[in-house]
Amino acid sequence: MMAATVTVPDTGLRINTSGVTFAAQAPGASGADAIRIRNASLWYGANQALYDVTMDIPDKQVTAFIGPSGCGKSTLLRCFNRMNDLIDHVRVTGQILVQGRDINAPGTDVIDVRRRVGMVFQKSNPLPKSIFENVVYGLRIAGIRDKATLDAACERSLRGAALWEEVKDRLHSSGLSLSGGQQQRLCIARAIAIEPDIVLMDEPCSALDPIATLKIEELIYDLKAQYTIVIVTHNLQQAARVADRTAFFWLGRLVEYRTTAELFTNPTEKHTEDYITGRFG
Amino acid sequence: MMSALRDVIRRGDPAVWLAGTGLGVSLLLIGAMIALILGKGLGFFWPGRLAQVTLKDGTVLMGEVVAREAIPAPGTPDHLRRTRIQLKLGNRDVTGTDFRWVDDDEIARTEYPGDAVFLERREYGPFIGRVISLANGDRTFATGTKDVLGELPALLQKAAGDRDALLRIEQRDIGAVNRSIEDARLRGRRLDLEAARTPGVNQSDARTAIERELAALKAQYVLFEGRLTQTVESASRIRLVVRTAAGEEKALSTLDIFRAYPANQLKTPERAAVYASRLWEFLSGDPRESNTEGGVFPAIFGTVMMVLIMSVAAVPFGILAALYLREYAKQGLLVRIVRIAVNNLAGVPSIVFGVFGLGFFVYFVGGTIDRLFYPELLPTPTFGTGGILWASLTLGLLTVPVVIVAAEEALAAVPRSMREASLATGATKFQTILRVVLPAAAPGILTGLILAMARGAGEVAPLMITGVVKLAPDLPVDGFFPFVHLERKFMHLGFHIYDVGFQSPNVEAAMPMVYATAVLLLVIVILLNLTAIVVRNRLRKKYQTSAFS
Repeated sequence: MMAATVTVPDTGLRINTSGVTFAAQAPGASGADAIRIRNASLWYGANQALYDVTMDIPDKQVTAFIGPSGCGKSTLLRCFNRMNDLIDHVRVTGQILVQGRDINAPGTDVIDVRRRVGMVFQKSNPLPKSIFENVVYGLRIAGIRDKATLDAACERSLRGAALWEEVKDRLHSSGLSLSGGQQQRLCIARAIAIEPDIVLMDEPCSALDPIATLKIEELIYDLKAQYTIVIVTHNLQQAARVADRTAFFWLGRLVEYRTTAELFTNPTEKHTEDYITGRFG
Repeated sequence: MMSALRDVIRRGDPAVWLAGTGLGVSLLLIGAMIALILGKGLGFFWPGRLAQVTLKDGTVLMGEVVAREAIPAPGTPDHLRRTRIQLKLGNRDVTGTDFRWVDDDEIARTEYPGDAVFLERREYGPFIGRVISLANGDRTFATGTKDVLGELPALLQKAAGDRDALLRIEQRDIGAVNRSIEDARLRGRRLDLEAARTPGVNQSDARTAIERELAALKAQYVLFEGRLTQTVESASRIRLVVRTAAGEEKALSTLDIFRAYPANQLKTPERAAVYASRLWEFLSGDPRESNTEGGVFPAIFGTVMMVLIMSVAAVPFGILAALYLREYAKQGLLVRIVRIAVNNLAGVPSIVFGVFGLGFFVYFVGGTIDRLFYPELLPTPTFGTGGILWASLTLGLLTVPVVIVAAEEALAAVPRSMREASLATGATKFQTILRVVLPAAAPGILTGLILAMARGAGEVAPLMITGVVKLAPDLPVDGFFPFVHLERKFMHLGFHIYDVGFQSPNVEAAMPMVYATAVLLLVIVILLNLTAIVVRNRLRKKYQTSAFS
């Protein structure tokens, strides 16, 4: 198949106009690690939410964060695209390197970070616009106006999010007219439309029924060929099904981080074992 | 027994009754108010029948029965036993009084003669009586009620055309000449000022030119004045002779008659036609007879224009302020204080804003503009006196807090998840506000605008000292450059109600006008609100924030 890649001037966005996508490859210093976290701590005002977390998240794999509510897993996830900036009085120490670049360094372009690190939220949040406009929102924001480019990006992203067949005939009806599961896949399509390298998912299935959850999980499995995926989940089975590696957090600390198979079958830490066997949390 | 009562109280039944009663009383009061205003205001235009009342002492009166009441006579056995009627007699030029109370006991006979005619005219209120003849100069060409009423409609239509022509001559031709004369005079005055500043300048050429122009304009003025007199003369040649019920005769020029109808011969559709024509005159005409007759169009125009200028001034400011307070300002003590101040500002009595508007807008800003741009007009103020611009800005100031509070609430109600959705795709904060937050908040912001408009349209007190007048012959918009005259004084429906109701020399005649104007003010406020509500609902549908809300 022909693959024509268009680089949009001034934006650094690569838009693929054929059906095939090449994930933007920016190996940086870390080689196989998409994100490296070094001694990261985080405070909400006076409350410390993360304690000295150090871990590496491998490229093109699915990494799951598990742990009881309030353990800091979502907070850490939101550090990767600096969504915590929206909250007043947040302070981060340590280093978070996304593809080798310290994203908290002074002078970092936050917009650029968020373009490279997409995010899907716990509650599906389509914008009050049409399906088409939802998908191409990020591209429009980046200044792309060419109709053909937008159309191609829309189809590619919707196919990527396994939603194309269901909505191709009503691209211009409201994004809010979709069902819950479809809305969440629409949000995934929106996240991958700007061709990020990493996709963060913050409990993407917590508001969905089992069928819709299954679809999203299949989608995650497909997406990992092109994207590094970090998923926060409360559903241990889900972590076991989709993740290559799993990290267990407890009270703001990274307790254990290993391959999923090892973590679930042979945890080394007592807390991990208690949590995955359902003794607390 | 006690436990059953306690049970009832615990279940909350009395609370339900109490709440229901509260709602019922409120609805009743609102309903009563609207019914009263509508009944009194809209009934005013309905042409009633004319009663000819012969009293026991032989006096004959003719008029519309406008009220009937029991006569209070405290302490006597007759207290509230007997009744009396109020007659609207008209004919103020003949009898001096146009309303009279008549005890039912005094009445010998009441008839409704078919030849009774109701005439509306330029001066002295309506004439009620009979028509006798029509004459053109000395030549009588119709006599008797039937013939005269047959000829009258065409003549009245011509009279209306003549009145329009006269108005055109007065306003367009003579008005233009007057303007040019004023203009030339001002240029002369400017020369004086210049001479005072730099002595020894040779101005003789300029002064001669101005004088020559003034002479030409004055000649033109005389010409137009002659034409005006001529037109008036030729238009007022046809005279209608009328006779009161008491037998006095009087000749009226048809030019002064606005409407004539045989009140007791009309069938319902004809009455409805008179009603519609009167209502139209009320809506589209200029006031007559110190505002007790004619229309209120200048007041409608002034009210709507003021509300629009006010909205244009207040809404962008309010939204920008709310945006900064909610989206950009660091939420802390200072912002909290500002917010409290804004909320309190919304509750400041309106007359206080009026005083501020007078001191700041009128005297300071307006006075400065006059000194800088209109020095030749001084000491006559141009902007340094009340006008529609200053009144609108004062009201804008009054409504800005309402807009800020509502817009802030609307912005706060935009879900965080929607902002995150936008930001996570690489949008800047500004892009997010522009593309997501503002559209989603637009319906709520419009609600604030509706509240602000409703408040502004009904406010009178601050206007009274910043530019409203009881009679403004010139609208703020007309055909003379620069077409929009924001410095002009204007009329306002709210003030009109006050003026007609409480400042009018003829209270009886003015009272129905008060109600009619009140209805109109209500209708205009409702229309303005409805427009905003329709727009809001459209937006709400378009930017629905959730499929389930």
